[in-house]
Amino acid sequence: MEHRGSSEEPSSENAPQEPARNVGRRRFLGYLVAAPTLAVAAHLGQSTTAPRAADAVIPSPPEQSEIYDLNDLLTLAARPTSNLIAVVINSDGTASFDMPRAESGQGITTMAAMLIAEELELPLDKINVTLADARPELLFNQFTAASNTAISMYEPIRTAAAIARERLLGAAAVQLGVTVDRLTVRAGVVYAPDGRAVAYGELTARAASQRTTEVEATLKDPSEFTVIGTPRNRIDALAAITGRKTFAMDRAVPDALPTMICRPPTIKGTPRSVANADQVRQMPGVTHVVQIATGIAVRAKTFGQCIDAVNALDVTWNPGTVDSESDDTVLATLREAEADFSLLHTGEVVEGDFVFHFRNNAALEPNTAVTDVRADRAEIWAPLQAPILCQEQVAEQLGLPLDAVTVHVEQAGGAFGRRMFNDVVLEATEASRKMGQPVKLMWHRTDECRQGRMHPMCTSRVRASVSGGNVLTFEQLHTSVATDYTQGFGEIISAKVGTVPSMGMANEEGYAKPVFNATVNVPYHFGSVSHGLEEIYTYDTFPTGSVRNLVNPDVRTAQELIVDQIADKMGKDPYEFRREFVDDDRVRAVLDKAAQEGEWGRDMAPGTAQAITVHKEYKGATACLVEIDCRDETVNRDVRNAVTGPRVTKVVMAVDAGLAINPRGLQAQMQGGIMDGIAQALTSSLHLRDGVLLEGSWDDYFYTRHWNAPFETRVIVMPPTTGEPGGAGELGVPSAMAAVACAYARATGTVPTSFPINHDTLSFTPKPTVPPLPPSPTNGLKFAY
Amino acid sequence: MRTHTFIVNGERVHVKIEADVRLLWVLRDVLGINGPKYGCGINVCKACTSHINGKAFNPCSVRVGDIKGGDEITTIEGLPDTVGEDLHPMQKAWLERDVAQCGYCQPGQIMAAVAKVRQARDEGHEISDADIDEIRNICRCGTYARIREAIKDGAEKM
Repeated sequence: MEHRGSSEEPSSENAPQEPARNVGRRRFLGYLVAAPTLAVAAHLGQSTTAPRAADAVIPSPPEQSEIYDLNDLLTLAARPTSNLIAVVINSDGTASFDMPRAESGQGITTMAAMLIAEELELPLDKINVTLADARPELLFNQFTAASNTAISMYEPIRTAAAIARERLLGAAAVQLGVTVDRLTVRAGVVYAPDGRAVAYGELTARAASQRTTEVEATLKDPSEFTVIGTPRNRIDALAAITGRKTFAMDRAVPDALPTMICRPPTIKGTPRSVANADQVRQMPGVTHVVQIATGIAVRAKTFGQCIDAVNALDVTWNPGTVDSESDDTVLATLREAEADFSLLHTGEVVEGDFVFHFRNNAALEPNTAVTDVRADRAEIWAPLQAPILCQEQVAEQLGLPLDAVTVHVEQAGGAFGRRMFNDVVLEATEASRKMGQPVKLMWHRTDECRQGRMHPMCTSRVRASVSGGNVLTFEQLHTSVATDYTQGFGEIISAKVGTVPSMGMANEEGYAKPVFNATVNVPYHFGSVSHGLEEIYTYDTFPTGSVRNLVNPDVRTAQELIVDQIADKMGKDPYEFRREFVDDDRVRAVLDKAAQEGEWGRDMAPGTAQAITVHKEYKGATACLVEIDCRDETVNRDVRNAVTGPRVTKVVMAVDAGLAINPRGLQAQMQGGIMDGIAQALTSSLHLRDGVLLEGSWDDYFYTRHWNAPFETRVIVMPPTTGEPGGAGELGVPSAMAAVACAYARATGTVPTSFPINHDTLSFTPKPTVPPLPPSPTNGLKFAY
Repeated sequence: MRTHTFIVNGERVHVKIEADVRLLWVLRDVLGINGPKYGCGINVCKACTSHINGKAFNPCSVRVGDIKGGDEITTIEGLPDTVGEDLHPMQKAWLERDVAQCGYCQPGQIMAAVAKVRQARDEGHEISDADIDEIRNICRCGTYARIREAIKDGAEKM
């Protein structure tokens, strides 16, 4: 697909290449697409990077994740499908790009617009990026996960835009009667030396191709970048702050009335019968009550009336999958499944044993799908990370051909892994079919907490041995409730796992363990390094998934707590120790930067402390310096209906993403990762009791709030290192969570072994499970301010 | 079922619906005003934060029947008009700090911020970190750091 140093094949029969852009550059292949205005397409795909070299201290051999990480897998999965993404130049001078990825706040539409703006030399505000409907011909290429979008889209989008620019210049040359090398472009207008000008919009018809043909393009050299690498605001910021940004819930589809589901009291229970459906149908606003696979669906004029109707239903339920399970029974099962350490740990042993509890992955926008099912077709509007899979599932569910199902991907109000699962769409489809009406199905917040997806509960045990100023061994054994990779991840991994070096297994073990080994590493020269995963239950016993990262927040927190203990045993400063032992120069650079900017080692009051940690993943590296306040007056500060506890007062993170396409967007992603890290270390978890998750809303599921957010949060973006973008969405969480845990240990003198640290104290009264939804209060005016 | 009348974003509305339907659903499902978002329905997440007679409140927890004829409801859509500009200073501060990520909570965050600044001034001081700590609006993307900065910027222009 990519050619080096080729100089033939001008991109347009009328337009010789500009010499300055052509010498010695990599050439990229794209397509002119037959269309009335200029449309240029390019393949998705990108190159892999080499493993790093080892040095100094006792080197650890490269781990699998360093040679062949999850993103390489995803990129590989994308490659053979050889499908196209297209940039279109409109006659009004704007460019359009229909992006086969889900935007859920991570900033990828802005990133795409920046890539187009760079190569096309068109202002950002003239570039429209929309989300593509499900395109089944893209196969694995329409899957948003593992922070892969920037990595896989960086070259294809630029290639399409660069070809478009060359083609437009060619058309301008003909129109202006000037050779291409004498033309200049500014903000979407092509200028001749004498000042005559013609805009892209006037050129697009002439630049269009009557047949689809292959062409090559030269991309800008990074030294010429004026957009990539510069901080830009989000292209949808104005829409967001004026309330005009449209989510699935705001989509006005005729007759798609609000619909909610009455759900069982225990995880994955199912409905047996309804005693009073007719009565509930008579309630104000209610139009339909039907039984579906997961519960009783109610359609009404307003969601408020849905809530009332759901709570009025008298339903008999079948048991769920885990009715006899609680936190302690799951932990006991995990303990039974734990493997034995296998390395020979000679010398002084440092070890730790950590428990990480279930945590919810719901976004703030609840699961929502608008569905219109007719006899011969169906149309879906929903935020989806795996829309092709969704389309396939709906077609199968309804017995319709794939092309009779249209799936529109909506902007998501957060995703974090939840929107890889299409359950809300399948419920909406079933409800719409049974009701014979379009529906706008929304999960209540309480459904999200109690029947949603969660990060699996797990234990992580680490044993290391130390001798003579060196770490000889470092072994980590992770034992987890099974993670459900079947939605999307499973599809990709199962398709590719058999062909990847040293991962030649393909079976039940073919999902979780390959993902674990492709994502986990110990970023230090610790001699003989080993890590392994054991899982309990089957993938669907508990409804599980990722929560803004897979295993690394937990895995790396366990590791970094042990790293601090090893440093302590050697009498070394935690920063200096890491500096000496990190196995990667990029990691060392971010570590130095965070230590320097965060004033590592400054005097801290008793009960407060600093900690510093690192992480590398997604072709990037982070270091995070945290200051925490664990003094009684802080821990016990009073906020109404809230947990307070220790407060992270300051965070300084340095991040090297290889190449930050939009440093401002990268900072935002790291800040979000920090807030997740704080929540996961200190406050946010689910409590399981007899098959019920006790949490039922945001007043008992304690995600970070304003009163727990740091007063100062700084993210320093390192200058480009590899020249290729890495992933961002999940990159910030592991070092942040680890740093908060380490800071807590240093401030209190007690190493925490159970996360979040407040889990063992239930600090709220659980909401009832019957009726399933908490009624909306009526005293809201009392709290007006 | 009676007809309820009140003012939303400067315009008088008439809604025929049961009196116990919460105002959020009247705004969203009946009037099609989508700026106030649903995130919990129990006055916890604050994504629906709007103003009633200039004070922040959560329409998910107020019956439409409890809204009086003279009450003025302002949602994010009507906030700029309260200052006679295209955008309220707080919205401008949000743009300058590029606060939003997914954007879902941001209308509520902005409405809360404006009210919090006013509340602090009514109490005789400028908005502080301690005041911001009292804001209960959740942002699941974790934009709290930029919100904190933007509130202080926006307050200076209010």
